[in-house]
Amino acid sequence: MTSFIPSGVELLRLLPEILLVLAGTVVLVLEGVTGARRGRELGYLTLATLLAALAAAIAAYRQPGPAFSGLIASDGFAAFFRVVVIAAAILVTLFSGPYLRREGAERGEYYALLLYSAAGQCLMASAAELIVLFIALEISSIASYVLAGYLRADRRANEAAVKYFLLGSFASAFLLYGIALLYGAAGSTWLAEIRAVLRTPAAASDSLVGTAAALIFVGFAFKVSAAPFQIWAPDVYQGAPAPVAAFLSAGPKAAAFAGLLRVFMSGLEPVTANWEGIVWVSALATMVIGNFAALLQSNIKRLLAYSSIAHAGYVMVAVAAHSSVGTAAAMFYLAAYVFMNVGAFAVVSYFARQGERYVQVEDLTGLAWRQPTVAALLSVFLLSLIGVPLTGGFFGKFYVFKAALEAGLVWLTVLGLLNSAVAAYYYLRILVVMYMREPAEATAELRAPTGPVKAALWASAFGTLFLGIFPSAVLEFATNAAALKP
Amino acid sequence: MNLLDAVLFLPLAGFLIVLLLPREREEALRRLALGFAAATFLLSLGLATGYRAGGQFAFVTDLPWIRSPQIRYHVGLDGLSLWLVLLTTLLTPIGILVSWRYISKRVKEFYALFLLLEFGLIGVFVALDLILFYVFWEVSLVPMYFLIGVWGHERRIYAAVKFFLFTMAGSVLMLAAIIYLYTYAGTFDYVELLRLQAAGNLAFRRTEGLLLFLGFFLAFAIKVPLFPLHTWLPDAHVEAPTAGSVMLASVMLKMGCYGLLRFCLPLFPQASRDCAPWIVALAIAGIIYGALVALVQPNMKKLVAYTSVSHLGFVVLGIFTFSPLGADGAVYQMINHGISTGALFILVGYLYERKHSLEIADYGGVATPAPNLATVFMITALASAGLPTLNNFVGEYLVLQGAAQVNFRWAVLAATGVILAAAYMLWLYQRVFFGPAPDAVRAHVYDLTRREWTAMLPLVALMVWLGVGSETFLPAIRQTNAWILERSRATTEIRVELRVPLQEVRP
Repeated sequence: MTSFIPSGVELLRLLPEILLVLAGTVVLVLEGVTGARRGRELGYLTLATLLAALAAAIAAYRQPGPAFSGLIASDGFAAFFRVVVIAAAILVTLFSGPYLRREGAERGEYYALLLYSAAGQCLMASAAELIVLFIALEISSIASYVLAGYLRADRRANEAAVKYFLLGSFASAFLLYGIALLYGAAGSTWLAEIRAVLRTPAAASDSLVGTAAALIFVGFAFKVSAAPFQIWAPDVYQGAPAPVAAFLSAGPKAAAFAGLLRVFMSGLEPVTANWEGIVWVSALATMVIGNFAALLQSNIKRLLAYSSIAHAGYVMVAVAAHSSVGTAAAMFYLAAYVFMNVGAFAVVSYFARQGERYVQVEDLTGLAWRQPTVAALLSVFLLSLIGVPLTGGFFGKFYVFKAALEAGLVWLTVLGLLNSAVAAYYYLRILVVMYMREPAEATAELRAPTGPVKAALWASAFGTLFLGIFPSAVLEFATNAAALKP
Repeated sequence: MNLLDAVLFLPLAGFLIVLLLPREREEALRRLALGFAAATFLLSLGLATGYRAGGQFAFVTDLPWIRSPQIRYHVGLDGLSLWLVLLTTLLTPIGILVSWRYISKRVKEFYALFLLLEFGLIGVFVALDLILFYVFWEVSLVPMYFLIGVWGHERRIYAAVKFFLFTMAGSVLMLAAIIYLYTYAGTFDYVELLRLQAAGNLAFRRTEGLLLFLGFFLAFAIKVPLFPLHTWLPDAHVEAPTAGSVMLASVMLKMGCYGLLRFCLPLFPQASRDCAPWIVALAIAGIIYGALVALVQPNMKKLVAYTSVSHLGFVVLGIFTFSPLGADGAVYQMINHGISTGALFILVGYLYERKHSLEIADYGGVATPAPNLATVFMITALASAGLPTLNNFVGEYLVLQGAAQVNFRWAVLAATGVILAAAYMLWLYQRVFFGPAPDAVRAHVYDLTRREWTAMLPLVALMVWLGVGSETFLPAIRQTNAWILERSRATTEIRVELRVPLQEVRP
């Protein structure tokens, strides 16, 4: 801690977050000052900012290192997750505009909240100290709570926001409690120092540390919707506006996994080896609950919510592997997941139309013969979610289960893979109604997607297929970044 | 880039080009798809003429695909895969020909998927990297799912989903086994694995080997399908459109048999031998069960579907006799079944196009209005029933001979399948083609058109060629089987192999 005045390079290491927060504020102020409803222009500004933040994340990666007295670790791991959450935000912004215009609700505050939330998520990925991590989580979460209830007049959206807020607050409290206990045990909130303290056997066997770790795990498990803390997800995803649901299932989840991995693989690394059991059970329960509940859903948003729970389970398998290979696998999986899941939600958001009238699986009947391209792209996302080769979803699963087997988790692998066979059924149902039934009324007056929606769909499909055909570069980056040395 | 790569990627190019064309130009789409399929077939003939028995794999391409963990684009051809690739490339244009009028809606998607299917199927037979193999295995699954589900008959959706889920359930276990194998051996490369094994660096504990074997075996057994895992097959075959049934029966079922020979036997010799009695029992049960169920089917397509269960039982029996004759017969039978059952499905499809019924009871006296159709059907039915000078006889004979060498009772039990085959085939023929023709049949059934002839002729010619000229095909098969069997003997039979030379040395 040489100086309290940040140097230029330190600012660069925090540039993505700075850009996002500034732009969010500018968007809010602009709308207030001009008084005019210029949602479309603000949308473009948001998009431009996100692209700039993406560039900033890459620039920050070129100058890796700590910043702000070691509160921030701008390393490969941070860069990876920054790119992932910003990419998610870009895709969501693209198809948010048409959706919000349809609902007559395209205002600056939506974009501002999206930018704040993305800023919080970027910060979560780069936080090297627990208080910063907590603040980042809260920035991301509180913006998300509001986004979930963004359509004020919609009762389901209100219900979603309240549920999300109440349960989310509990989770934050758990996390904060865990941080406090850990501070009590280790005498520091810096992950590097915690790690150093916990290396001594006496500290590691302290029951306080175990309790703290458990509480922190609960907090993160809620945020990533891992069992048994997944209850909120279906209601929230169903109630929230479709683009927000897309965002919630991608950005906050990826960022929460980033936080979880960083805490457990760096700060708490010395004590987490004996905890495989808990993660093991949580991973299996998450997969089973997500997949089996999804089998019964008729609402496509709810179905995707349960599917997103199941996918959190697969990532948990990688966490259970408790190795840098597992961390890399989780990173790769989340990158692939963002593309395929946001892509699927983009179709839902496009198809739902005003007031989200068409969100039943059955409504998609015959879509393939009305909008062949949209149906084909949705098929790519669904096949990727199933885990069919040549899509990112396949290599995600492949790396996750490879990491698990290398860690000796044979049964978890077998059960997880069988789970993914079960999951095929509910994704296939969507393919069945799209392709194998004659077009129905819900697809009749469907207009072709507009430019931005098309861009989001094609970009997601490109990402999904790219990660499925040329996964090397991304995986190698993840592998290099996964060795978290605080 | 060698000939094999061209054969593999030409259908993929066709798939992409068909996708890009406007959907209104249906006739052009058909012609284009046929052009690509025909060109692929002609190219693949070069594989047969260029193939030289000798080293292990011919036409090898080995390029890095994914760096870490190392997954390679490693493809090659041996006597086992050669004929299966040719079978695929032959049946694809034929499948397109028989779909010419049959498929009238969503033409573009149909032909695009058909070419994608060909790509996946060829890939399965030539991949020499386990992950690459798995990729093609799954890639072939998706188009077939759509072919059944979109263009099939009434219960197509049920059949398509069942088909997908059965295959998927098996293949995820195979994936687990593949990855476990990697954590053990550090490579996905098949040739490398064999090399490690030959050097004694790939010895599993007994249960470990057994579980790995079962991981692979289950995926293959579902695909074959081995009794009692066959329940998806009648549904899928009956509901699929004609061309789908042809590809399913003729080529996709062979993926399972191929996998058994390619991976199970050489990589897990001990477990293969340990399980062989059980598998043989299931195979024989399948032979008899499939034949008996076929005998009582009122639906022609279902009848043909159940004959597959019976015929594929012969293949599995032949493989797990571990005798050269049995294995050669099994591979030969894989090709035979592809030709004759494919032809049967096409002929049943022709009848369906005429009278829109698959019920045997709706037919009778078809030979009167359609003598040529009746003749071709007769040849195919006799081939399927195992008449000497036609193809199935050779394969079945070799399998039975191989089985008899190992255990005479197996051969006796399996031979009842041949007798039953004659019964169900001739009875089917009698009910459909002989007797007085009802007015409905006279009104709707006409003889073969030129396009229909074109599709059938190569198959009939091959039935005869495979029946009388087996020495064209057998040498390549024999040579490949020889080393597979040598491998499968590797760990268990060392004692026996040592004993043989000693006896010879003694005066």
